[in-house]
Amino acid sequence: METLHIALTHALPETILAVGVILMVLIGAFRGKADDGPMSEIAVVVLGAALVAIILKTTGSGIVFDNAFIDDRFGDFMKALSLGGSIVTLLMAGDFFRGQGINKFEFPILIVLATLGMLMLISANGLIALYLGLELMSLALYVTAALSRDDARASEAGLKYFVLGALSSGMLLYGASLLYGFSGAVSFAGIAGAIGGHPNMGVIFGMVFLVAGLAFKMSVVPFHMWTPDVYEGAPTPVTAFFASAPKVAAVAIATRVIYTAFPGATLQWQQLVIFMSIASMALGSFAAIRQDNIKRLMAYSSIGHMGFALVGLAAGTAEGVQGVLIYMAIYIVMTLGTFAAILSMRVAGHPVEKISDLSGLAKTNGTMAFFLAMLMVSLSGVPPLAGFFAKWYVFLAAVEAKLFGLAVIGVLLSTVAAFYYWRIIKVMYFDEAAPAFDRPNLTLRAVLAVSTVSMLLYWVYPAPLVQAAEGAAKSLF
Amino acid sequence: MFGFGILSGLTFLPLVGAALILFVKDGEGSKNTVRWIALWTTLVTLALSFYAWSQFIPGVADFQFVEQRSWFGSGLTYKMGVDGISFPFVVLTAFLTPFCIVASWKSIEVRVREYFIAFLVLETLMIGVFCALDLVLFYLFFEGVLIPMFIIIGVWGGKRRIYASFKFFLYTLVGSLLMLVAIMAMYAQTHTTDITTLLTTHFDPALQKWLWLAFFASFAVKMPMWPVHTWLPDAHVEAPTAGSVILAGILLKMGGYGFIRFSLPMFPDASHYFAPLVFALSVIAIIYTSLVALVQEDIKKLIAYSSVAHMGFVTMGLFAMNQQAVEGAVFQMVSHGLVSGALFLCVGVVYDRLHTREIAAYGGIVEKMPVYAVIFMVFTMANIGLPGTSGFVGEFLTLIGAFKANTWVALFATTGVILSSAYALYLYRRVLFGKLVKPSLQGLTDLSAREFAVLAPLVLLTIWYGVQPNQIIHACSGAVAQLIKNYDAALAVTRTAALSLY
Repeated sequence: METLHIALTHALPETILAVGVILMVLIGAFRGKADDGPMSEIAVVVLGAALVAIILKTTGSGIVFDNAFIDDRFGDFMKALSLGGSIVTLLMAGDFFRGQGINKFEFPILIVLATLGMLMLISANGLIALYLGLELMSLALYVTAALSRDDARASEAGLKYFVLGALSSGMLLYGASLLYGFSGAVSFAGIAGAIGGHPNMGVIFGMVFLVAGLAFKMSVVPFHMWTPDVYEGAPTPVTAFFASAPKVAAVAIATRVIYTAFPGATLQWQQLVIFMSIASMALGSFAAIRQDNIKRLMAYSSIGHMGFALVGLAAGTAEGVQGVLIYMAIYIVMTLGTFAAILSMRVAGHPVEKISDLSGLAKTNGTMAFFLAMLMVSLSGVPPLAGFFAKWYVFLAAVEAKLFGLAVIGVLLSTVAAFYYWRIIKVMYFDEAAPAFDRPNLTLRAVLAVSTVSMLLYWVYPAPLVQAAEGAAKSLF
Repeated sequence: MFGFGILSGLTFLPLVGAALILFVKDGEGSKNTVRWIALWTTLVTLALSFYAWSQFIPGVADFQFVEQRSWFGSGLTYKMGVDGISFPFVVLTAFLTPFCIVASWKSIEVRVREYFIAFLVLETLMIGVFCALDLVLFYLFFEGVLIPMFIIIGVWGGKRRIYASFKFFLYTLVGSLLMLVAIMAMYAQTHTTDITTLLTTHFDPALQKWLWLAFFASFAVKMPMWPVHTWLPDAHVEAPTAGSVILAGILLKMGGYGFIRFSLPMFPDASHYFAPLVFALSVIAIIYTSLVALVQEDIKKLIAYSSVAHMGFVTMGLFAMNQQAVEGAVFQMVSHGLVSGALFLCVGVVYDRLHTREIAAYGGIVEKMPVYAVIFMVFTMANIGLPGTSGFVGEFLTLIGAFKANTWVALFATTGVILSSAYALYLYRRVLFGKLVKPSLQGLTDLSAREFAVLAPLVLLTIWYGVQPNQIIHACSGAVAQLIKNYDAALAVTRTAALSLY
């Protein structure tokens, strides 16, 4: 039995967030005002402190809290990404909410709470911790989706997200109980030990339900139905948040569960993952073609991207995990950059979100058009931008695991996806100009510029990310 | 400099120019400043490539100017180097780009800055393709070319530019992505993407067939070979003049270069197995596209189809796999780069004056533009393959080589030479001769000093290489000899292995 001191050292980022969020609630309550005031800034500081704690961490990995919580480099990598996503979202959100008159002080608190949930989810080492983290994250997310209470679309989005989310939690719990019943353990290692090399039918059933529940959070086909509506309906900063941090957490826990709890059932989960991967890539590519709302397009794009990330997962090797890690890192940067551009789409103070609103952007705002165009190239996976290397590593892992069919189908579907990404370039560069956008604020410009430049010049110095991902991936095995 | 060699310098110099253009302030003379920066950048690159040429040892099989540094930690490295096969293309690229810049001097008036940046980035990527000695690095450049080219066609192109740019983009992307899977499969086998190592690796013959097909998908589209050539006429017609020059002069050569660098030496068994297929497609390309060229109404489209036919000679020569044929193919590619590039520049000259490419809109302009007529005649003859021009050498060598490998192929391909003179002379007659009756043509002026300065060096080179082809042939002879030696050795190994099974 370890002392509390050691446990808290391993869970330092989570502790910082938990204490921070309680303080924020108190500050919010005692301020007695409905507006956000300094709450966003405090939230950024809290999240930043957690990020610094992860980066400066000197302790090795360890399992604490009675086998429920694991602290390893895989977790660190994913947590850093999630925290980064949350911080950038908060930075971008302020002005948008003030413009809409919904700058409530609860939003930063909810983001920190959701991020705390993600961190716990990523570090979960057993079914109970998994469920705790997942629900903490999800409940906060349901509320943020409906943050704009007077907007029918946002309320619809929040309700849809909640109902379908509850359903998926039910499935997840059902799977978890089956797993516990058939293996007699809640920790992932315990389940793996009980299964051995021969999973019985009950365990497989449990695993399928568990994976289905997680697939809902990753928004992969066939559990994606909520994504387009929620993305379109939720306020844009919330959409940006949904597309970045929670995705990372969901992919992280899916990877951890599959690799640490079911190494004995590789054949079974591989079929599952390959199916979800191909279906997501296909739906993400074909359904996005006819969209005219850019947020909806990004929803299908994120479904497609999760499909690509699953290609690495399907490989079932350390290289595959490394691919997934690199993929998520690059994906989150591209996504946040794109949403910075979407948030910059305002005409005379009002946000617009049709793709046709981007027409001729190259003439009215050349820099923004160039940045967004480069992000689209990166999202489509054309070299030399970073999106290519993301795809390279996941597909390489698939090919090394002899999943040639998956790799070929995947690259062909990415051509289809390339079409709609490049259509946005076409709209911006080849079409006649639409009304010019307002000048975006400094934060949005900075986020857009930093994300684009890092994607554009990733090839100059790629080694650190690759090596960090390699180290993180090895810690799972 | 900074631990990088001359090839990195050549590759990334244009990027420096592009960065400079980015910082030019908007104002009165900014357009001209941008043009001059672009021109000087390309000229310095050209000078550097000439310097590299003076240091280059011709006739040697090994890679030269090799530089290597770690890049992705494991597996992928940053490795550059050239041999006798790739170096001529590096010089060709550096040579053609200044002409493109000058040719766009007046014809590009909108978004000048973006145009020249796109062009300089394009130059970087094209030189990189021929210098890369790492498969992934190669792929990076090879595929990256799509981005600036898509923009150049789409923004500064003609009426159907959007259709053409997407067609170009999607065709090439599908092919290259299949190649990407093959690259991954090769990496999975060998755990390296170093081209020099892969050149000495012997892949399993069954696997080779799949890898070969995947690479073929990419290079055949790029080349382009019949029946996946249909993007080329559209792209050529819609692209601005300089875009067409680069497309015909350099981009098409990437396909041929890919065959020599990857398909033939790395998958010799599969190349041997599929050679009849390539021969058949080449012969169809030569005859069919020549016939199609005969009925074109649009000058650029006609030249585009003739490019497909000429590339047919290249693929035929490459897969004949003997010294003459492969040297001829390399020569044909360089020569076609000069000649077709020059032809598109010639079309650009009259297009800038009349803004139409309809053949029917012209006729009898020899009376108004005698100098132009002479220059156009030289390139037309080179396109036909008249002895004394560079076009003859490549076609003749590939035909000799093909004759050795397969008489029937050579027989059918030779009819292409006849057809090419038919469509080229027919075009020349309709555009330049006849009565000058159309009122729109009355005010035509002959070549300006700028246009003359662009075309004259190309005329000299076309004739120079027609009578002195040795410079290029000697440069690549060593590398080609080694290619063929290794190819035959690999085939012999497989054959003995197969025999020992009985």
